[in-house]
Amino acid sequence: MAVAAPALERTTTAAPSKDLLVEMFTVMTRARKLDERCWLLHRQGKIAFHISGMGHEAAQVAVAFAMRRGHDLLHPYYRDLSMVIALGMTPRDILLGVFGRQGDPSSGGRQMPEHYSYRPGNVFSVSSPVTTQVPQAAGMALAEKLRGGDRVAVTCLGEGSTSQGDFHEALCWAGVHKLPLVVVVENNEYAISVPMHMQMAVSRVSDRAAAYGVRGVTVDGLDVAATYAAAKEAVDLARSGGGTTLLEARVARLTPHSSDDDDSTYRKPEDKAALKTQDPVPPFRAKLIAEGVLTEAQAKEIEDRALAEVDEAQRFAESAPFPPAEWGAGPVFCE
Amino acid sequence: MTEKTLIEGIREALDEEMARDASIFITGEDVGPRGGVFRATIGLFAKYGPSRIIDSPLAESSIVAIGIGAAMNGMRPVCEIQFADFIHPAYNQIVNEAARMYYRTGGACPVPMVIRTPYGGGIGGGLYHSQSIEATFAHVPGLKVAVPSNPYDAKGLLKSAIRDDNPVLFLEPKKGYRLIKGEIPEGDYTVPLGAAKVTREGADITVYAYGIMHFYCQQAADEVAKDGVGVELVDLRTLNPLDTNTVLESFKKTGKALIVYEDNRFLGYGAEIAALLADEAFHYMDAPIRRLTGPDVPAVPYSHALQDWFMPNPQKIAEAMRKLAAY
Repeated sequence: MAVAAPALERTTTAAPSKDLLVEMFTVMTRARKLDERCWLLHRQGKIAFHISGMGHEAAQVAVAFAMRRGHDLLHPYYRDLSMVIALGMTPRDILLGVFGRQGDPSSGGRQMPEHYSYRPGNVFSVSSPVTTQVPQAAGMALAEKLRGGDRVAVTCLGEGSTSQGDFHEALCWAGVHKLPLVVVVENNEYAISVPMHMQMAVSRVSDRAAAYGVRGVTVDGLDVAATYAAAKEAVDLARSGGGTTLLEARVARLTPHSSDDDDSTYRKPEDKAALKTQDPVPPFRAKLIAEGVLTEAQAKEIEDRALAEVDEAQRFAESAPFPPAEWGAGPVFCE
Repeated sequence: MTEKTLIEGIREALDEEMARDASIFITGEDVGPRGGVFRATIGLFAKYGPSRIIDSPLAESSIVAIGIGAAMNGMRPVCEIQFADFIHPAYNQIVNEAARMYYRTGGACPVPMVIRTPYGGGIGGGLYHSQSIEATFAHVPGLKVAVPSNPYDAKGLLKSAIRDDNPVLFLEPKKGYRLIKGEIPEGDYTVPLGAAKVTREGADITVYAYGIMHFYCQQAADEVAKDGVGVELVDLRTLNPLDTNTVLESFKKTGKALIVYEDNRFLGYGAEIAALLADEAFHYMDAPIRRLTGPDVPAVPYSHALQDWFMPNPQKIAEAMRKLAAY
């Protein structure tokens, strides 16, 4: 008994420029090549763990590019590879973390892969217990409001994470204080193995927004243009005192939950086969070519360059030193 | 100097620090116009307004999480959890988030915040308005835990906690809010975190305590002094990081240790003190290390008779002191 697919909204028509579209495609491509490489490295036994963002790329670049990058604040979750790349993390940064090497900007090899933190890009640290970032992002937004700043806090989570109390508590604050906050739910309909209809009895996460007095919007997260328009409106509203938007992007999880999961134990073969039609990257590529934003040769060049960057980053990360043992010991306190 | 209560020390620290630093704000349940259920923040709403004294939704996890997020975005929040008994929904945010953030970001992301909460029994609060939570939280690396035992320390320690760049859990002995009085000098001063204090010198036994138990130990020490028992009293003041030097030096002088706390006995704070003494001062030991504690039942029962049974008090402490001195 699947939850009925909702009608999707397109709330505004804010459209990215051609240059921005090319940059978005570049980020998506880089993220996809990195993601594929991490799966490969895991299957080769070179890394202990990978958690993937494949299928979420379109929604993530759309949201990231709707932000003032480097100025606004992002409190992401573990699938947000495209988003953190859009905010400045490089393939080297990502693979240093994946290999647990010295120089990993997220944690210096202390956290598992994909637990991003990147202060230069205002990317705040990913935790493993889900949803803790959402009320923290509300706190960031509150701080911004208290001192009259103009930065918007954006936070991301999966639809399963909306079952946590922290989601509810955060949105209470967001509504009461009209916080400059955008809560992005990347709804891929699975929380590891548990389908959306076992998580909630509403067909859209965004329906819950009314209960908190915030805006609720659902978009097709496989569609860059639609998601960008909705995210831009949400970010602009937040910045101009219009309060919080609960933005639900309907996406597809093209992979198992993580490198330790086997989704054939809970997804039917035909459903898995159908996922191929939900990959957001090929249609975006085709659209850019059809609209004359890119030529086939230019698209290929971007892909080749991304692959070369990933190759180089892997060589760099694999030959980087491990952190020294004393790095395990601390510092625990800020002195 | 005039005599003031412990809670006045708390309030003075909050007031003076907020006047000094515009990045400080207070949030928690009923902290606004009501001034807190114990009146710790009374007058501050009128003085600093609704953008710096913020009544929170009734949701403890978010009170801490809002503080963490604000702290990571340049503020110095002081979060109030109305009773320590209600802190448990915020455990994840305190332990997994606030305490680990600095370490997990390789030092890129300090979380300068204070979580104030009244703790402890003796006020007829029953199971859920009497709990002692210090052992649970002092166990956590990355979280400082402080407990004042008198008005002077309440003000000075809280100022240090607010100025510290780490998350600090500030446990306030609620039974002592108005019971414990003392002098508070005018103007700014601090009491450092991580420094215990010998508050009474004696040659026969060392007694370690904090919060209201330290207050009771002072009374008990006066009592047993009449029988010629010399008690050296150490007020721990900060439970994490522990001032091991002061703890050890006093024990080396007396060779006998009693640790008094109202938290449950099993795996309580006294076990760590006992282990430290056994590890580092074994050759000075003249008697078994003793603990006088609350019993291992879920919490302080409500009925006056049962509460009295649960709580260590000056009489029980004096008896334990005499026994140890006689060993």
